[in-house]
Amino acid sequence: MNAPDPNVGIVVVSHSRALGNAAAELAAEVIGDIDVPITVAAGLDATTPGTDAAAIATAIATSDRGAGVVVLMDLGSAVLSAELALDLLDDVGADPATRGRTVLCPGPLVEGLVVAAATASTGADRHRVSADAAAALGPKRSHLGLSWEPTT
Amino acid sequence: MGETVGSAALGRWLRAFADAVSENADELTALDSAIGDADHGANMRRGMNAVVAKLDAAPDVAPAALLKTVGMTLVSTVGGASGPLYGTLFLRMGTSAGDRAELDAQAFAAALRAGLNGVVARGKAVLGDKTMVDALTPAVDALDAALTDGAGLSDALHAAATAADRGSDATIPLVARKGRASYLGARSAGHRDPGATSTALLVNTAAASLG
Repeated sequence: MNAPDPNVGIVVVSHSRALGNAAAELAAEVIGDIDVPITVAAGLDATTPGTDAAAIATAIATSDRGAGVVVLMDLGSAVLSAELALDLLDDVGADPATRGRTVLCPGPLVEGLVVAAATASTGADRHRVSADAAAALGPKRSHLGLSWEPTT
Repeated sequence: MGETVGSAALGRWLRAFADAVSENADELTALDSAIGDADHGANMRRGMNAVVAKLDAAPDVAPAALLKTVGMTLVSTVGGASGPLYGTLFLRMGTSAGDRAELDAQAFAAALRAGLNGVVARGKAVLGDKTMVDALTPAVDALDAALTDGAGLSDALHAAATAADRGSDATIPLVARKGRASYLGARSAGHRDPGATSTALLVNTAAASLG
């Protein structure tokens, strides 16, 4: 019997270690015992807020089981550090193919992460996982009686 | 002092920058509390203290390796947007330095230009967005222009420092279009940009330490 295809990995990038871990806990609830690698790269340490591109690169490398990685980020330097992390994958010994199968997702951190985990647990590919996470505010907007698409 | 820049000179520059950041940390944080999230001074001080510790531990490496270590240290210790931005500046400088044991004036200017290009690409900021680019761009332009005019490295770096100071001053009336300050819109006008301020310190300490 062949091993099942690996699920997409997910990396959680936040300024706050506590926020990143708590968001990952919420996401873990929706996937149960299905194997979706979720790695948190958040905070400079347990209490110092900040993002660390090298730590994000390591998290991406360890979360890629072959199906790629979707990265969820909070604001500001989280985005810049995640982009820089793609340039540092070689330095942390990542599989050379990992960069090409890593998607930085524009979705909101908490809602996006929960949706990404749920979609990844179905075996969907990284593009589907990222697209669903990017649309993760839809149900909330709909419930509040707002149009599906954010107004600018 | 001399017309070339090797690892010893780079070390002097980085220690001088660390001292300047530490001396001005309260001012940098005060500027950042007006238009940002009040952490620029503390973040840069933490990052440059870590850089100095790395210099103390491994002082004897080639310029490219030293600059890469500086970049990677800032990436992992600054925490805010200045981490990936200053980190990229030094990482790109290191790549530009190549296998040289000493950078002559042109090679140092080319490295700084490569660093600026990296910062612009990383932050997607352009001149006038009220960021560190507003100090670094005129500094690199002035450095190149002075060297083209036949100035020595020291004089050219002093011209660059003057240009960086003017660029930092010129951020005061600007409305921020990048970073946390951009959330404030028009209310960001009237405040000096903290990133441009720390960048002016970087160029001024280069003028004082190199060439």
